[in-house]
Amino acid sequence: MKRFLIPLAIFLVLVVILGYALINLDPREVPSPLIGKPAPAFDLPQLAQPEQKFSPASMRGKVWLLNVWASWCVSCREEHPVLVQLSRSGVVPLYGLNYKDARTDGLRWLAQFGDPYVASAFDNDGRVGIDYGVYGVPETYVIDKAGVIRYKQIGPVTPEALEKKILPLVKELEKS
Amino acid sequence: MSYRNRCWTQRILFLSLLLVLANFAAPGWAKEAAPMAEDEVVEKRMVAISDELRCLVCQNESLSGSHAELAQDLRREIREMIKADKSDQQIMDFMVDRYGDFVRYRPPMKATTVLLWFGPFLLLAAAVVALIVYLRRRSARLDLSAQSALTADEKKRAEALLQQAGNPR
Repeated sequence: MKRFLIPLAIFLVLVVILGYALINLDPREVPSPLIGKPAPAFDLPQLAQPEQKFSPASMRGKVWLLNVWASWCVSCREEHPVLVQLSRSGVVPLYGLNYKDARTDGLRWLAQFGDPYVASAFDNDGRVGIDYGVYGVPETYVIDKAGVIRYKQIGPVTPEALEKKILPLVKELEKS
Repeated sequence: MSYRNRCWTQRILFLSLLLVLANFAAPGWAKEAAPMAEDEVVEKRMVAISDELRCLVCQNESLSGSHAELAQDLRREIREMIKADKSDQQIMDFMVDRYGDFVRYRPPMKATTVLLWFGPFLLLAAAVVALIVYLRRRSARLDLSAQSALTADEKKRAEALLQQAGNPR
């Protein structure tokens, strides 16, 4: 009897481990090497006012969020109401990085669904996206007062992610 | 998550269907493919480097083979870095700085990857130890059964019984 129980036990352990990995771990989520490093500098024209520029350096001393979005991105629509609500609450300044988009498309998208951003930087050729290690839109970065990236949300910002991770982190960073 | 030009399998199927149809419709339509890049040396180095890198959008494809838009952008970056006289190591560092060790098909040896590199050998060693233990126990068991072999008397009786059983009347 024991002879059969041992392989069965090993098999069950394997099932549990593989099942856990299958359900809870997303192979698409690549840990970002940028966490704990200074947010890459850029100086891009703003989406709405091309003559004005936006640069992360201007945000020194503030905790802020940088959300990478595009009008062609389907999941951005999913997270959009969450961002609009966040911006209404005024808890943390939210800036956008309009990634590989056409200016008219981006502006139309904001007009249609609402604009939660203080401003959006216009990254037409995607170079700033590459510097930030963006590989799937939407992505959201939490950047602290010293300009260091503290957290990266890959994929849409869900209400749970906001409540459990992003907002507590923002609160903690603002204290320091 | 949303990825523009996700994985191309479906699109390629659709396009090849279109191509087949187009060939039926206009047999003289075929045209030479335009050369990918102006500079063959740069292109060769770019392909060699991007063969070592994983495309993050279609994670089962290399950067050189992927049609995802991000892969195209990254190949453009690599081309420009080659033209700017960057070394292969510098280009690799550029990618790893942004996307982590995950982009490399050959992970570097580090404290966090020791298990990845030596795990298989550990498993092999464990299996060899298990095999040795098993074989030792088995031979001990066989010795034991050899000791409990029949005495000469018992053997005679057993043979007699077997003969009886072998010649039934």
